[in-house]
Amino acid sequence: MAKTASSIGKRASAFFNWLDERLPVSEFWNNHLAKYYAPKNFNFWYYMGSLALLVLVMQIFSGIMLTMHYKPSAAEAFASVEYIMRDVDWGWMIRYMHSTGASFFFILIYLHMFRSLLYGSHRKPRELLWVLGMLLYVMLMAEAFMGYVLPWGQMSYWGAQVIINLFGAIPKIGEPLTQWIRGDFFISDATLNRFFALHVIAIPLGLLAVVVLHLAALHQTGSNNPDGIEIKKNKGPDGIPLDGIPFHPYYTVKDIFGVAVFLVLFSFVLFLWPDVGGLFLEPDNFTPANPLVTPLHIKPVWYFTPFYAILKAVPDKLAGVLLMATSVVIMFFIPWLDRSPVKSIRYKGLWYKILLASFAVAFVRLGMLGMAAGTPAQTWEMRVWTLVYFMFYVLLFFLSPRMKTKAVPERVTH
Amino acid sequence: MNKNTLSLIFAAILLAAMNMTAAASEEEGLEPSGVNLRDMASLQHGAKLFVNYCLGCHSANFMRYNRLAEDLGMSKELVMQNLVFSDAKIGDTMSIAMDPAQSKQWFGKTPPDLSLIGRSRGPDWLFAYLKGFYKDDKGRWNNTMLPNAAMPNVLWQLQGIQTPVYREDTDEAGYKHRVIDHFETVTPAQESPEAFEETARDLAAFLYYLSEPAKVKRKDVGVWVLLYLVLFALLAYLLKAEYWRDVH
Amino acid sequence: MSSDDVNKGRRRFLVATTSAVGAVGVGLAAVPFIESWLPSAKAQAVGAPVEVNISKLEMGQLLKVQWRGRTIGILRRTQEMIDLLTENDEWLLDPQSKNAVQPEYIRGEARAERPEFLVLNMHCTHLGCIPRLVPQVGPQPFEKHWNGGFFCPCHKSRFDLSGRVYKGVPAPSNLHIPPYSFVDDHTVIIGVNPHGAV
Repeated sequence: MAKTASSIGKRASAFFNWLDERLPVSEFWNNHLAKYYAPKNFNFWYYMGSLALLVLVMQIFSGIMLTMHYKPSAAEAFASVEYIMRDVDWGWMIRYMHSTGASFFFILIYLHMFRSLLYGSHRKPRELLWVLGMLLYVMLMAEAFMGYVLPWGQMSYWGAQVIINLFGAIPKIGEPLTQWIRGDFFISDATLNRFFALHVIAIPLGLLAVVVLHLAALHQTGSNNPDGIEIKKNKGPDGIPLDGIPFHPYYTVKDIFGVAVFLVLFSFVLFLWPDVGGLFLEPDNFTPANPLVTPLHIKPVWYFTPFYAILKAVPDKLAGVLLMATSVVIMFFIPWLDRSPVKSIRYKGLWYKILLASFAVAFVRLGMLGMAAGTPAQTWEMRVWTLVYFMFYVLLFFLSPRMKTKAVPERVTH
Repeated sequence: MNKNTLSLIFAAILLAAMNMTAAASEEEGLEPSGVNLRDMASLQHGAKLFVNYCLGCHSANFMRYNRLAEDLGMSKELVMQNLVFSDAKIGDTMSIAMDPAQSKQWFGKTPPDLSLIGRSRGPDWLFAYLKGFYKDDKGRWNNTMLPNAAMPNVLWQLQGIQTPVYREDTDEAGYKHRVIDHFETVTPAQESPEAFEETARDLAAFLYYLSEPAKVKRKDVGVWVLLYLVLFALLAYLLKAEYWRDVH
Repeated sequence: MSSDDVNKGRRRFLVATTSAVGAVGVGLAAVPFIESWLPSAKAQAVGAPVEVNISKLEMGQLLKVQWRGRTIGILRRTQEMIDLLTENDEWLLDPQSKNAVQPEYIRGEARAERPEFLVLNMHCTHLGCIPRLVPQVGPQPFEKHWNGGFFCPCHKSRFDLSGRVYKGVPAPSNLHIPPYSFVDDHTVIIGVNPHGAV
């Protein structure tokens, strides 16, 4: 018995050596897992990246399974989704996996981005990491928007109508541009088909490529941590950061636990509450698209509503579009707006806690208002919170270099 | 920012979100329908009502007859005998022969397919709709949930015909509005009001089932999935804690 | 050190247990996705059994119907036709249908539930063309030893009146027989075995 076991073992390691001479297997394993050192004080906020990667994989997998049955034509799309929900074995589960995954992706990404604002993960030398992440965020928004059009329900159709019409606000080129985007004079089969191609192939490939760059950039600098101090500044005699621990096994094992808890929440929604009261799956989208009937309230899915509120807050169409675009683009510049001598909220003064909390409340409240009908009172409130939203960036720029900071420790705390 | 502040913020966000979703039904003041998707008798009664009163004009193109057999605890023969009036086979969808263009001419509007009405409107709305038909003072059919609906009350024999008694309300701005105070039954019903409540509930339940036949199975599978995942999370935690004893 | 050994043992146990439970989960999770590839309710409905009324079928007449995308033939055979079947055996590749694709309740040379009615999958077992019925008894230009049968125009394969393939032709096996049964004396149902559904 021992003889067979050791001969299998010998064969296995011989094969591994053969492979390792031809592909950088052990080099990769060491550089990025077993001998890649991450700060040992990661907390709750540090689960989101690996979970987002999990959701990306699940979306690709469930998406491929859906494409096996979905028909990307205006005539057949809606019926094909119901075919999946009713006639395909377990089709309902695959569909809910994809719709739930889309919303959870944004929950995770918003938390992931918030972590950066807490601990200064966007600061030098990680500016490019942040920019790549923002690029991923913008691509994800495009992906989600196009994906929502595919079921070809009332909200799919009219949501597409409204968003594409925004491009019409651009002077001179607006109208021809919208026609070019639609591939037709109105939202039609041509539009649906191209959105399908972009959603299933083009953007996913782009997302995967930029995720690889994002991880490469991360590993180049190493992770930040809740104290915002650079662990590479304190290395032991062996060259290993004193506050670092190898990613494998410590963070592989911790992330597996994170995945398990996440899957509990994810499965609760998927199996017991997939609609989430109309937030994840909107009732209007269970009516087939009808160009002649406008729904009472056209609104985007919850993850876009903060920006939609900013759009609605401005009475002029072009100005609204520009302000909405600015509200996203300005995020790219955060690494250069934050000029504090310290990275982490833990060592900034009270001013930053108040500022960041206001920003978070503004973002959430704008989101809620973006979903609402838009009474005059609500419109005024949207304007107030839009101001708070933009003031975050302005005050961050002006106050960060001036405000007093606390002493930053040499070594990480918990 | 300490953990407590953070937790408070998240709790607030969560509550706000949940409040918003709950608001939808409450806003319209809808009476809870009390539909029960696990009540086979109710669903079977609803199926019978549907094919007898609705399927003449409204299709249910996404639903197959054999699914009714499976989900509602009926044999295929029973379904064919009691629920199939056309030359449809057991595996066929519940489509109708009426041409949509013609029905638009006759009724003013093509009666919509009802496969998903349970999801786009919800069972409470449907319950109120089925009970909400009345003959207005112009002698036309109307409905409290859908003013000037093009549809007559197909259940009038069971419910009886009711007409509204109006009153005048003055709003905050001082304008007077005529609103419905209560209903009077002018044509007697075949069913008692309690029996008609049941009828409306059973039909609403069936329509709700129709909109997502896999719902009950989904929840049942979900409970098992969650049990497994909680077990796995527990093991994963023990594994993590064991390795992290190394880290100080 | 003993405390390290205890740790390692506990670690190995936890890794093994968590991996095992995880693997079970992954295996169970795979099932719905694999099952989603099975024929959907729509495919089942389209491929549903087909009932055929044979009350008007005359002697020697061949009736064709579609089932699951295939052409199924029902031939009403005279007693003569049935009696002549044994004479073909020496010219046939598989007279006892040992290697033929047919339900296990179809036996014998008549290859039918009720010999009077032959139910066949009409597609030539070579490349799928539909052979012609040639019921005449006597030598044919394509075959000397002919007691009636089916002749495929595409590559000249030949089958007898039980759909059994001749030797020396491109087709490798007897014509297939689909599952079928008699609902009553006037009705055959293609796609349902005598003792229950397919």
